[in-house]
Amino acid sequence: MSEYQELDLQLNGISKLYPGVVALDDVSLRVQAGEVLGLLGENGAGKSTLMKVLGGIVAPTEGSITIDGESHDQLTVIESQAAGIAFVHQELNVFDNLDVTANIFIGREKTHRGSHIVDSKSMYQTVQPLLDRVGARFRPTTLVAELSLAEQQLLEIAKALSTDARVVIMDEPTSSLTLSETKVLLKVIADLKAQGIAVIFISHRLSEVEECVDRAVVLRDGKLVGHLDKAEVNHDNMIRMMIGRNLKSLYTPPASSVGDAVLSLRNVRTEANPASTASLDVYSGEILGVAGLIGAGRTELAQAIFGVGGKLGGDVFVDGRQLNTTTPAEAIKAGLYLVPEDRKHAGLVLDFDIAENVTMASLHDYAKNGIVSRSRQLATAESQRVDLAIKTADVRCAANEMSGGNQQKVVLAKWLSMNPRIIIFDEPTRGIDVGAKSEIYRLMRILADRGVGVMMISSDMEEVIGVSDRIIVMKDGQFTGALQRPDFSEHNILTLAVGRALEGV
Amino acid sequence: MKKKDIGLAVLIIIVGLIVYMRNPLFLSPINMANTANLIGLFGLFAIGQGFVIMTGGIDLSVGSVIALLGVLFVDMVGTFGVPWPAAIAITLVLGVLIGLAHGILITRYKMQPFVVTLCGLLIYRGVARGYTAESTAGFPFGASYPQLEWLTIGRSFGVPHSFIAMLIIAVIMWVVLHKSVFGRHLHAVGKNEEAARFSGIRTGRVITLAYVISAVLAAIAAIYFAMFTKSVQPSSHGNFYELYAIAAAVLGGFSLRGGEGSIVGVVLGAVLIQELQNLVNLLGIPSSLNFGVMGTVILIGVLADEQFSAYRSRKRSARAFEEKSKEASALTEPVGSGTEAEA
Repeated sequence: MSEYQELDLQLNGISKLYPGVVALDDVSLRVQAGEVLGLLGENGAGKSTLMKVLGGIVAPTEGSITIDGESHDQLTVIESQAAGIAFVHQELNVFDNLDVTANIFIGREKTHRGSHIVDSKSMYQTVQPLLDRVGARFRPTTLVAELSLAEQQLLEIAKALSTDARVVIMDEPTSSLTLSETKVLLKVIADLKAQGIAVIFISHRLSEVEECVDRAVVLRDGKLVGHLDKAEVNHDNMIRMMIGRNLKSLYTPPASSVGDAVLSLRNVRTEANPASTASLDVYSGEILGVAGLIGAGRTELAQAIFGVGGKLGGDVFVDGRQLNTTTPAEAIKAGLYLVPEDRKHAGLVLDFDIAENVTMASLHDYAKNGIVSRSRQLATAESQRVDLAIKTADVRCAANEMSGGNQQKVVLAKWLSMNPRIIIFDEPTRGIDVGAKSEIYRLMRILADRGVGVMMISSDMEEVIGVSDRIIVMKDGQFTGALQRPDFSEHNILTLAVGRALEGV
Repeated sequence: MKKKDIGLAVLIIIVGLIVYMRNPLFLSPINMANTANLIGLFGLFAIGQGFVIMTGGIDLSVGSVIALLGVLFVDMVGTFGVPWPAAIAITLVLGVLIGLAHGILITRYKMQPFVVTLCGLLIYRGVARGYTAESTAGFPFGASYPQLEWLTIGRSFGVPHSFIAMLIIAVIMWVVLHKSVFGRHLHAVGKNEEAARFSGIRTGRVITLAYVISAVLAAIAAIYFAMFTKSVQPSSHGNFYELYAIAAAVLGGFSLRGGEGSIVGVVLGAVLIQELQNLVNLLGIPSSLNFGVMGTVILIGVLADEQFSAYRSRKRSARAFEEKSKEASALTEPVGSGTEAEA
């Protein structure tokens, strides 16, 4: 595409500070026309923040961005687009009630001269070559509701091309694609490269990274920690660079040995990964860490077991009895409780007071002839407040007046006031300060020692390694391996999480 | 025409045939003309309601707007002797102002459409009743406005002009909704307002314009209704009309969640509703059951449509699953790189 100016994009010493968190720390990077740059890093390493800086969505705290020799302290969305930076989002932003062409031109419609009437004919003609360039087999007039996810991805790429993009940023573009669809996408990336367009490819799928990138950079804890040339891009190098912290041990060993299986999954399939099955046993008295990269299907599995939806098949047993997974009420009756990832929406009713929240799942126990006894609610809430050291003056305080850690304790109190057999924690300490974290870990251990099975889904390596008695690793909706404490290491977890086999374990 | 529209048209024809077989008066010129007149009157503002529903909003004020502007129009022409073209212009301007007020309250002040237009429903009705002191607004005895009457209640070749006016407006609005940039943006805003904003669409303007269209079409309908009834009784004129409009739009395939619908659909919806009213009359069903029949038909129609689209999406996801399973089973045999997921 000779009419485009050759791209020269540089990030110079970009830092981004959030209150209490350094998301990016002095990152410098150069992107040139016609190259495919892999951007690697663990969950939370700062990849997304860096891309948001490029897209003009986040302003860096320090550093500058140089585009075609011109330096900017920060970009606006419009400047970013004008510079030819285009995103293909992980969560697609399409309008499925419109056709392919309307989506590509949304907000930039061509009109008949001097009118506000859409010139469909000329738009359709413009779109066809774009679809050809990305190898799409659907037509400009196809309704987007009829496209598969992979096709919608191609549509997004075509849209990027229609804006004369010079850099296309793809964030986990293959995470929801089948293998053959992924192959098509990788070919499209190669074509873009041949056309002189730079591609920034963010992916956890290392074999794809290996296949398509010219070089790769690795972020860890917001810092650019490594740079791999084409020849050096291989699994071992990538994994080695992505990890490499010294983790503090938070581990408290269990008081007694583990008992029988309290939760058993047999060939459970979810809508998120319909072609994978998951089988697993969680034993009484253990804390089982469930590790995996974001998007591995862990939350979806937990929700399917709990009965909030998304289960396609397979059997779930609690204490050997088969569980009817059509509603959470059945799970709760069996003693299977979920502490959800999204505490503020799924875990609590924020406007309700602590007593109401604590007793919400067992309200029948507090009622006589359908009339709830407030005094009994308050008594239970008060005893939980003391047991869990919930920091509040009064259990009649609304939940939204509390800190994240205390809110999480209220969610826990709800389940502890009942009769738990197994509790699934989904990202239990996300957004919670350090002190409250160790409190939560202590509570988990107490629960396990009482003979409850604890299943902890976590993307925080330090937490998984530090708290679990055993770790199981998930990828694409299935378990790729289990680790006992002596084999715990970030390297082993990551190796399993990207779908490779461990050596000598 | 979309599949949904064709389905609705078929339903209208079937219902029509059944009514005709039970009572041949259905196809008599008098009945046809009367029904066409009502379709025209109700279709006018149902189209406007469609634009609002397209944004995911709702306009509950339509009936009261028809009453208020009807009272004012009759008073302007009949009592104050305002020349009728000027009276029409003033009525339309009032419609624009009402729509702007709704749109601005909703987009700029972030109020909910239901609340804003519910208050509109109460306020405009109250003003109409207060302005007339509960008395009926009418034209002076013996007054006649030949041109205005020709335009509103006249007929050409037996076809009522209200029906023709509705058709003309439907064609214009079809272009606006389905062919213009504004219509495209309306689809986008209704489906995903956030993504529309990030695509550079001025969502507030788009939504406001939809309320203006609804109020202006209600203003036009107000003139036609006032001329049709010749007098406006402020406490009952136009009562519940917003519900007829919403019903027509829903029958016509509009989703109250926004983003879905067509002009052909809402017009056909208005046709079906008037046909059902007519059915009640012609088949000797007690007119007290009027609403009951209408509600039942709408419920069944929408239920059938939902079930059908749920069935289609189930079939689609089953197909996707099959594809994935095929790939997964192919994977269990060693086929080179990319199989490490099975390790």
